[in-house]
Amino acid sequence: METFATLLDGLATTQSRNRKVALLGRYFRATSDPDRGWALAALTDGLPVRVPLRRMLADLMLRVIDPVLYKMSRDYVGDTAETVALLWPDTAAPRATGDTTTLDAVVAAMSIGTIAERTEALRTFLDALNPSGRWALLKLIGGAPRVGVSARLARTALAESYGRDVGEIEEIWHALDAPYEALFRWLDGVADRPDPGLRPTFRPVMLAHPIEDDDWPKLSATDFAAEWKWDGIRVQIAARGGEVRMFSRQGDDISAAFPEIRSAFMSQHCVADGELLVVHGGNTIAPFNDLQQRLNRKTVTAKMLRDYPAHVRLYDLLFEGEEDLRALPFSVRRQRLEAWHAHNHPPLTDLSDLVAFETFDALSALWSQARDDGIEGLMLKRRDSAYQAGRVKGQWFKWKRAALTLDCVLMYAQRGSGKRSSFYSDYTFGVWRTKSDGGPDAGDELVPVGKAYSGFTDDELRQLDKWVRTNTTESFGPVRAVTPGLVFEVAFDAVQRSARHKSGVAMRFPRIHRIRWDKPAAEADRLETILSLITPVSQPVA
Amino acid sequence: MTHAVDRWLYPTDQGLYCAPGGFYIDPHRPVDRAIITHGHGDHARSGHGAVLATAETVEIMKVRYGADCAGSFQSLAVGDALTLNGVGVSLAPAGHILGSAQIILDHGGHRAIVSGDYKRASDPTCTSFEVVACDVFVTEATFGLPVFRHEIAADEIKKLLASLVTEPTRTHLVGAYGLGKCQRVIKLLREAGYDQPIYLHGAMVALTELYQRLGVDLGDVRPVAGNDAKDMTGGIVLCPPSALGDRWSRRFGDPVNVFASGWMRIRGRARQRGVELPLVISDHADWPELIKTIVATGAEDIWVTHGREDALVYHLASLGRKARALALIGRDEEAE
Repeated sequence: METFATLLDGLATTQSRNRKVALLGRYFRATSDPDRGWALAALTDGLPVRVPLRRMLADLMLRVIDPVLYKMSRDYVGDTAETVALLWPDTAAPRATGDTTTLDAVVAAMSIGTIAERTEALRTFLDALNPSGRWALLKLIGGAPRVGVSARLARTALAESYGRDVGEIEEIWHALDAPYEALFRWLDGVADRPDPGLRPTFRPVMLAHPIEDDDWPKLSATDFAAEWKWDGIRVQIAARGGEVRMFSRQGDDISAAFPEIRSAFMSQHCVADGELLVVHGGNTIAPFNDLQQRLNRKTVTAKMLRDYPAHVRLYDLLFEGEEDLRALPFSVRRQRLEAWHAHNHPPLTDLSDLVAFETFDALSALWSQARDDGIEGLMLKRRDSAYQAGRVKGQWFKWKRAALTLDCVLMYAQRGSGKRSSFYSDYTFGVWRTKSDGGPDAGDELVPVGKAYSGFTDDELRQLDKWVRTNTTESFGPVRAVTPGLVFEVAFDAVQRSARHKSGVAMRFPRIHRIRWDKPAAEADRLETILSLITPVSQPVA
Repeated sequence: MTHAVDRWLYPTDQGLYCAPGGFYIDPHRPVDRAIITHGHGDHARSGHGAVLATAETVEIMKVRYGADCAGSFQSLAVGDALTLNGVGVSLAPAGHILGSAQIILDHGGHRAIVSGDYKRASDPTCTSFEVVACDVFVTEATFGLPVFRHEIAADEIKKLLASLVTEPTRTHLVGAYGLGKCQRVIKLLREAGYDQPIYLHGAMVALTELYQRLGVDLGDVRPVAGNDAKDMTGGIVLCPPSALGDRWSRRFGDPVNVFASGWMRIRGRARQRGVELPLVISDHADWPELIKTIVATGAEDIWVTHGREDALVYHLASLGRKARALALIGRDEEAE
């Protein structure tokens, strides 16, 4: 448990991705089965252990500490697992016997018996560990250790440390169960790659490059097909033998929150690629905000199913039955997709139409008119492109519609993290509006409309940092309020209504387009201008 | 009994006041006569008329505030006693930092002890705390919650030395309070066998030199200023906690941020500050030490000053002790 605790602590305090990968790699290589597999499970899909931890701990803590002192401590520390780890009485055991508690023993003991028996087992483990071991123990059982490692990063670290491509792991990941002994045997080189068998699994997705100005002369219009780029999230649906999974682009299984999509594909046998959207009345794409209500949830209520109905707009077919279509050219896969869809037509799906064009100039005209909600721009796909994992050069391009820009005033700056920790690098900016509490001559006030931390060079960051430090009016921890004196030209993809923000609006993908050192703050934009840019909530498309 | 001491020792706007003696203890505003427990800025301030303290504390005040920071200085050795207007005054070691002392006051047949800040763990840079029996014990409560149990400092130093091995290309920037903690960390490193030069942020140089003048051998210490930051790669630099992740630290490229403090016991504190290597090293008593010490003094009455006094007062009451919070303003508990 101590090595696992050291790993969690290291991951939590290290900002650098590469260092996290190195820490994970060292752990996987140095730890034996099945403990490394349980650790991997804790960092990815969670352990197959379900215990009422909160209740068990409340019961245990009553035995070791006055409840008033416990509550004062819990309030101060802010995290139950850590409070318990720090308060639990130290016994001589950890120093005397060293680290003898295995993750496997914990999983075994937490999987069987009555709640009272498991509580007793938990007490024994707590007694046998030092404070950091106790903390790791509770994070292990509690699920979601929150140490700044995504499931995808954990798999990437695993792949890198064994010299494999992460795609090789992702393709079989969802057919594997913790503690992943077959996976590790393959990585150790003593067995073949596990066969996913009949279970639907993730296939690494093909991604597009943003198109640059100097790409155009090298491209020929006849080589490319175009589609609208939809403002949802990329998903892959794998269906086989009555089992359906929907994966995010990173290979995370998000199907639990979308039962209607699972039902829609129940009788299919395929792997399809598409865009997950919320669509009202069968043909009206809702703003991205609506889709967000459905994301990052483990379960879904009947009301959410009704208010935010999910829909998948398909644009590629990777497998039809057992047949792997990925080596075929895009144009052929497209024909297969159309034929397959016409024949099977799963509910809650449609196809992303191809956009007809003769020349790039003609396409450009279409692109510049694309202001419909739900459209982010255009996709260009080489007609002869095979479906390959990752961002393959010159095959697929995304051509985002021109960003909107507004002049906003810097209001707050926050320290960055990692290499930027000595810089004020995260900026909250606002626009002017008439003071909300005043009469007719109330004057103007700034209201925040967004936050950005990209779009400037390192040199500009140094200048901005200096400006923030010399124009600070107030500090709150890592945040500084500044005098309203610096204007950013902020670029963003869209504006949506938002009840969460004081201004009532939220920007999509805001970034600093230019720093207007020259522009007086009083000449920045007003809230009314932003409000006029809001796309109507519901608009028919295509 | 309580009322007896209450009548001659009580908090005022200037600080804790001994009426018959006509002096304050660690006043936070300038007063005519002050007795100072130790040299930290929230206890020792400049501008008093007459100051009584240990010789080391007097030296520390002169280095921090200038030789004329008080009208006059009188030093009193630990173990010696004197009488001020009928109040007996003597000192006992507090184990907090070099020169730190508990102030023992005898008046009207009762004894009160103002401990200032203290710890019970061993510290090679100062004399260990001594338990003295008394009627009223005035205690700090910086770490007055049962979650605070400090680690053994020498074990924490081993973590730092281990990190030097695993991260040999990065400078280890150790945030530490400039008076006491800084010198203790250096001394612990020397005792652990680390013999490379240790570099100091400018704010720490004068006090570290004073420690060495007063006989604490800290080996080869050098100021950062005037040296090439490249020479410090893979080595140890000590700086005030506020300099971690500040502009000053940019010269070291991608340093390992280390912080030596009792607060590092709480993970959230370390994360908030972007600390990569937290070291739980404190110059204050942890929860078990507070309880143990208070009980050992045999005091019937315990006055709790700065920190998390609620939990300590509550717990002492459950042990059958009379305890109450003493509202003293101007204490800076975060500086640890």
